[in-house]
Amino acid sequence: MSAHGLTDMSMIRNWSKTLLLTELRSGLAVTLRNMLRPKVTVRYPEEKTPQSPRFRGLHAQRRYPNGEERCIACKLCEAVCPALAITIESDMRDDGTRRTTRYDIDLFKCIYCGFCEEACPVDAIVETRIHEYHMENRGENIMTKDKLLAVGDRYEAMIAADKAADSQYR
Amino acid sequence: MSDDQVTIEVDGISLPAKKGQMVMEVTDDAGIYIPRFCYHAKLSVAANCRMCLVEVEKAPKPLPACATPVAEGMKISTKSPAAIAAQRATMEFLLINHPLDCPICDQGGECELQDLAMGYGRDISRYNEGKRVVADKDIGPLVSTDMTRCIHCTRCVRFTEEIAGFQELGTMGRGEDMKIGTYVEKAVNHELSGNIIDLCPVGALNSKPFRYRARAWEMIQQATVSPHDSFGSNMFAHVKQGRLMRVVPQPNDEINETWLSDRDRFSYDGIYSTDRVIKPLLRIDGEFRETEWSTVLEQVSDRLQQTDAAKIGFLSSPGATVEESFLLQRIARGLGTNNIDHRLQARDLGDSDNDPVQPHIGTDIVSLESADAIAVIGSDLRREVPMLAHRVRKAALAGATVSFINPPGQQYQFSHQYLATELTQLRAALGALIGAAEVATGKIAPDSVAQRVDRQSHDETHRAVAESLAQGERSHILLGHLAQRHPAFTQIRALASVLADMTGATIGFIPESANAAGASLVGVLPHRGAGGEPVATPGLNARQMLADALDAYVLFGFEPEVDTVEGAQAVETLRNANFVVVMSPWLSEQALEYADVILPIGTFAETAGTYVNLEGRWQSFSGVATPVGEARPGWKVLRVLANYLHLDAFDYNDALEVTVAAREAVPVELQDYRIGPMPSMDGADFGDDLMPAPISLYGSDSLVRRSRPLQRTPLARGVGES
Repeated sequence: MSAHGLTDMSMIRNWSKTLLLTELRSGLAVTLRNMLRPKVTVRYPEEKTPQSPRFRGLHAQRRYPNGEERCIACKLCEAVCPALAITIESDMRDDGTRRTTRYDIDLFKCIYCGFCEEACPVDAIVETRIHEYHMENRGENIMTKDKLLAVGDRYEAMIAADKAADSQYR
Repeated sequence: MSDDQVTIEVDGISLPAKKGQMVMEVTDDAGIYIPRFCYHAKLSVAANCRMCLVEVEKAPKPLPACATPVAEGMKISTKSPAAIAAQRATMEFLLINHPLDCPICDQGGECELQDLAMGYGRDISRYNEGKRVVADKDIGPLVSTDMTRCIHCTRCVRFTEEIAGFQELGTMGRGEDMKIGTYVEKAVNHELSGNIIDLCPVGALNSKPFRYRARAWEMIQQATVSPHDSFGSNMFAHVKQGRLMRVVPQPNDEINETWLSDRDRFSYDGIYSTDRVIKPLLRIDGEFRETEWSTVLEQVSDRLQQTDAAKIGFLSSPGATVEESFLLQRIARGLGTNNIDHRLQARDLGDSDNDPVQPHIGTDIVSLESADAIAVIGSDLRREVPMLAHRVRKAALAGATVSFINPPGQQYQFSHQYLATELTQLRAALGALIGAAEVATGKIAPDSVAQRVDRQSHDETHRAVAESLAQGERSHILLGHLAQRHPAFTQIRALASVLADMTGATIGFIPESANAAGASLVGVLPHRGAGGEPVATPGLNARQMLADALDAYVLFGFEPEVDTVEGAQAVETLRNANFVVVMSPWLSEQALEYADVILPIGTFAETAGTYVNLEGRWQSFSGVATPVGEARPGWKVLRVLANYLHLDAFDYNDALEVTVAAREAVPVELQDYRIGPMPSMDGADFGDDLMPAPISLYGSDSLVRRSRPLQRTPLARGVGES
């Protein structure tokens, strides 16, 4: 036993490893192997990764093809929301149907779990694949009914395609 | 064990039962739940939903628990495979025609069908045929209908027939074609119609004013008490984010059972009326300006202190809480005046020594049901206190002889004796009744009333009324609002007392509004202080105060133009006063003319308080809703005003301390009414123009008058009376 607490044999093995640069070589081998592999890095935002149709991003409210809003103010999304991000007020519209008079989602509270979408009996509230959005002023984090419907109107083609793609698994 | 006792076994537990009871009653008492839709403890048994099928040993098929009488040694399984299979099959049939519109149905979340479908329903329907659709009916501004959702339990039909006493709703057609509806197109039109909303186990009948406003799970339920009549119905207020969304009954078998009158249920709409005062208003140079509370209270206290106390008048609503009434009379007396009154509708305020310290009906609500005879004098009972009319009806159905000595034209849905008497003739009718009572009892009326006793003109009805009162062991005479508002009320009261003495009946009063009894007890009277203590120098009563202008007035919680005997005269007097403080939740147009200061106080929903009901029951409640604008509870306003006035011992920290102080100041014992020295029986007949106006069901107080749904009903317009 030496003073360092190592056996003579292992001391010899360590010296030889150091002299022959064994560890450096094996490290460089990993580098070399990965240099030859195809690259996974994408040049965001010029390049983008593929998205699942189930991606849960910015919320939207949909309409029926005749332009009528889908939401019927059943408040199931409000009830299921674990982050209490949804606030709804409802009343009877002049034509006698049940509608929301206020439908707010606080994007700061939202945890993007998608429960609202799952709870919705009429597929009104959906989470789109949009994930690139920002706010500059206080208060812009509240998605009002008008903003939600505007998002829905603009991306209806994409939302409908995503729903169709996912429908076979439901 | 007596003969009418049997023992049955339910799910292996042996239970005592009375012969003739249904299985459902026994299991409900024992806390064993059997699913049901059509069964309701307060209604007759229909057994048409079949949801309560249970397995009974030795019976070939499952039997409905609600319609199966118990028998000795009966063995019942409520959860055996056969019972569960029967219940699941029933549920499948019920769901065949029920629409899948729970997301837009107001009943969603508090629906008996939804709840039971979770336990007994299949997850997927096997029924692929077309579903039935039924046209909705318009049955008035209070109840919305979605008849496709109806499962034909007929609770609403049985309620209108058995409890309200009308045949307004019924079933038409059979089987698939069965429909619930009014026979001819018309509104359901009676004062208890809202109860069918609670009874409906599905969403077929719902509250129209509440339609689509909130979900059951969003609201907080808080107990409160009805502010509209002296019955003191217990209610639950459902509050969402500080706003009262709807009112439902709080079951209390000693008061309102499980019912609530429409007035109590739908008046809440008035709380959020557009004419609510949201900030204190102060008249500056003829214009009303919104002002801070501190400024305005300082102004009020300065002006009141500058005025000669004998020239200040305090008028309070009989609907003010005990706390508000107590503080108001303490302020008045602290300033050194006895000019305070709550009897705004009374025409005859003489003979005040004979006023009961606490007006009450002379019995309790539950005992009224087992009465032998009830005579209601000068009362439009169904409009004054709808729930009391319901109890009187129950008494009549149980065998009591009910008599009315009332103006003609009232309708009651039970057999009764009706002595149609124009109000001008009410005193004479009592004289004839006493004459009839002399015949019936062989007693002679005391000399003090001899002048009014009429021994000639009593007819068969008079004699029948007198006999029923004399023969009944438990007879009650009730004096209603019309009698109390009568220009000869003190004589009517004396005559009724004599009649009660001769026939051995109790005599009772139906107190006005929610808390006339409480206001009277705590001394909102010119001649009595708290607890009925006579004061040395009685002040002016309500009529005297409003006849000639004093220098200053404090009006608490009422609208003089409609809530006093002579509204136009009252407004004129107030306009001539130097300084008028109005404490009211609402701003009436007339108030703009006479008021100098308007202090916004909270309605019953926004203040803690206590009401004393017509059987002397003290019922406290807390504030349930957030006050509108800067309105504050009345007791707080009065308490702070007293501090500005530098009055002693006004350091109450919460409403409860005021309640306790008021409770300590008044007698606990309820006393039967005994008349003292008889008032003079002189006086000519009064003309028709002096008589009180007919009782208005939906015009009884400021809140009801502002409730839009109630004002849209046929009953509010006084047409289509059923």
